[in-house]
Amino acid sequence: MMTSLIGRKPDLGGEGGLTSPPGAQGNSPEGEAGAPSRRRRLPLAGVPLVPALVLLSVFLLGPVIWSFYGSLTNASLKGLAAREPRFVGFDNYIMLFSSPEFANSLLLTLIFVIGSAVIGQNTLGLALALMMENSNRTIRNAASTAVMASWMLPEVVAAFACYAYFSGEGTLNQIAAFFGIPPYDWLYSAPMLAVILANVWRGTAFSLMVYSAALKNVPTEISEAARVDGANPAQRLFLVTLPMISKSIATNLMLITLQTLSVFGLIWIMTKGGPNGRSATLPIFAYEQAMQFSMIGYGTAIATVLLVIGALFSVLYIRVLKPEVNS
Amino acid sequence: MNLSTSLPTLRLGISGGNSLKRSALGTILAAGLIIGLGACSGSDENATGPDGQDSSDSITVVYQRYGGNKSLEDLLTRAKDQVEADQPGKKVELVPIEADSNGYFTKLALMNQSGSEAPDVMYEDSFMVKTDADAGYLAPLDDYLAEWPDWDQYLDNAKEAGQGTDGKTYGVSLSTDTRAIWFNKEIFAQAGLDPNWQPKDWAEILETAETIKDKVPGVIPLNVFSGKTAGEAASMQGFEMLLYGTKDTLYDAKTQKWVTGSKGFADSLEFIRTIYQEGLAPTPQQALDSQIDTVVATNWMPEGKVAMAIHGSWIPGAWLPGQGAEWPEWEQVMATAKMPTQTGASPNFTSMSGGHTLAIGAQSKAPRLAMDFLEAAFTQEQATTFVVESSGIAVRQDVIDDPAYQKSDSSFGVLSDVVEVTHFRPATSEYPEVSNNIQIAMEAVMTGDKSVKEAVEAYDAAVTRIVGKENTTAGK
Repeated sequence: MMTSLIGRKPDLGGEGGLTSPPGAQGNSPEGEAGAPSRRRRLPLAGVPLVPALVLLSVFLLGPVIWSFYGSLTNASLKGLAAREPRFVGFDNYIMLFSSPEFANSLLLTLIFVIGSAVIGQNTLGLALALMMENSNRTIRNAASTAVMASWMLPEVVAAFACYAYFSGEGTLNQIAAFFGIPPYDWLYSAPMLAVILANVWRGTAFSLMVYSAALKNVPTEISEAARVDGANPAQRLFLVTLPMISKSIATNLMLITLQTLSVFGLIWIMTKGGPNGRSATLPIFAYEQAMQFSMIGYGTAIATVLLVIGALFSVLYIRVLKPEVNS
Repeated sequence: MNLSTSLPTLRLGISGGNSLKRSALGTILAAGLIIGLGACSGSDENATGPDGQDSSDSITVVYQRYGGNKSLEDLLTRAKDQVEADQPGKKVELVPIEADSNGYFTKLALMNQSGSEAPDVMYEDSFMVKTDADAGYLAPLDDYLAEWPDWDQYLDNAKEAGQGTDGKTYGVSLSTDTRAIWFNKEIFAQAGLDPNWQPKDWAEILETAETIKDKVPGVIPLNVFSGKTAGEAASMQGFEMLLYGTKDTLYDAKTQKWVTGSKGFADSLEFIRTIYQEGLAPTPQQALDSQIDTVVATNWMPEGKVAMAIHGSWIPGAWLPGQGAEWPEWEQVMATAKMPTQTGASPNFTSMSGGHTLAIGAQSKAPRLAMDFLEAAFTQEQATTFVVESSGIAVRQDVIDDPAYQKSDSSFGVLSDVVEVTHFRPATSEYPEVSNNIQIAMEAVMTGDKSVKEAVEAYDAAVTRIVGKENTTAGK
């Protein structure tokens, strides 16, 4: 928010220049020359972008195109197809879209993203940020440290911690046993719930940081004014605060969605996508097909689909929530 | 901090067009950055030097370090010392890969696809030889073997185990193995069962398991490997030990067609479903643990947690003095019984045999040195020591005749007798992929997610896709 306000200031100055005293209109020839010169400067302005463009093409666009090409072959780690991969057109995609495992995996991915990112991390992060706004410094520090700790852990460590917590003889069941609750094998009987909770635990800190920062930029006067006008806390939240941070919400949603779509280590360590594919989201499914079952072409097709899903989510957020990116 | 500004920064690289187009392209790039699943590089084919001429003074030897037995590592270390002593200036680097069997195959394949990482010598499961030779990972050894006097000592089926689909030899066999039912005599005594137990058919195995479940609670009655995590152990020690005891088979070697929709396949899956769903086996959770492949022999058996287990002849290798799970009393506690056929029909019993080889990489820059390493690892003396220390079954005549081998556990008794009724896995390069689908079918029925009928249908569809409809035949 702050940057956009600052960014607008020179513009305001510029507009002020146009409405400057009539005496300046005598310089109209210069003014006419000024417009084309700005147009001429555009290609030159692009020059500093060339290195970035080249880097993006080589390291982002290149792999994306290469991965798409790979998905049109029968490349493999085993047998003849490893030596001479053949171009097979859209065979991998046809196989993919007729496979019940893929349908299952796609559904699990959506459940995982919506459950752990859109609902879990996002809502919990916002709720914590709001509560911390109104609490004293000690509680705020304690809470943010606790939440941040899981974010700072390396993925492997966090995943092992979750495995140890949810597994059959893990911490959760020992706590449950203390209260006389019979043990429940989370990783086997409710693997999706376990990995969703684990990802919420691990990722909430990010949303918390985004929202804490956004809330600091909401001027207190506006909230105060709403209160004076008789708005209750819920109205103040939904009619004042949330609209004012909507751009941060959109950015946060987009980032955590893309992050969550690609979560691999956490699920792999906790459940390996099992049992029988009951927690195999698309990254797990792609890895299993490509690396364990050696079907590189097929696995790449899954990765390409994952890429498209990420793009669709992003376009959706851009269209619906119109974040700052278009300004 | 305001993270919402970071996105426009990301976009700086994309210019031109209207804002929507720009944002869509940028989004795809950003998604690509974050998801970041890259493609694999192709293989590099120009690494080998001129024929017989080594262009390097060092070789790498890649092998699997897994489970309780370290006889392989000891053998390779002795061969390394020998080669380095015989040829000063030459260097042998041992590169262990710590992974289960599926992880090892993947890592090895990835190394073989990369020009700089490709190993010179590799430890290779015999069922992977054909598929890896087809993939162009392995170098044909025929020219070297023709000059190597010891090659005549190898038994014919051991020579065949190292052959590719083109009939050339790509691997030299280390040892072979058989499979049978291991059982714990102490637990059998507690359940009032015969210490010289020998079941006649599958029903008797199930009855015995029921008895143990009733009489000795807390003990796992029967372990049969199953599911994707156990990998090839599930296909071979588990499923194929059942299937090859029915009237059906995986692959009809005469017509060279894969069998689909057979009754034997369904019956074997039904056996798996029964033991896992009726509490005669480990819980599916235990069976799908990533360590299951080693834990049965190194923990459950010595700790008396499992009464019966269909397992390989090599497992005492982990219990021998100096190995990972030393267990001096094992000979008093454990016994073996032959695996019966489904109904006890002739030839009454069944077994499966596999084994491992050492192979030379197609991209090796020092194939001569690699072959010298193989010869050092395969002297009569070294081969005997390895077979005895790993509880393997010998594959060469001069080892079979060695008194040290004749005293070892795998050279007599049940595990040696079943050589007469043993089977080998289909000798085709598609087998590893078919095997993965056997594991998928097993996992689906053991967890109760699919009925046997549904699992058979899914397997048939997968096999038809892998080998093509024209290469399948309907089962009896």
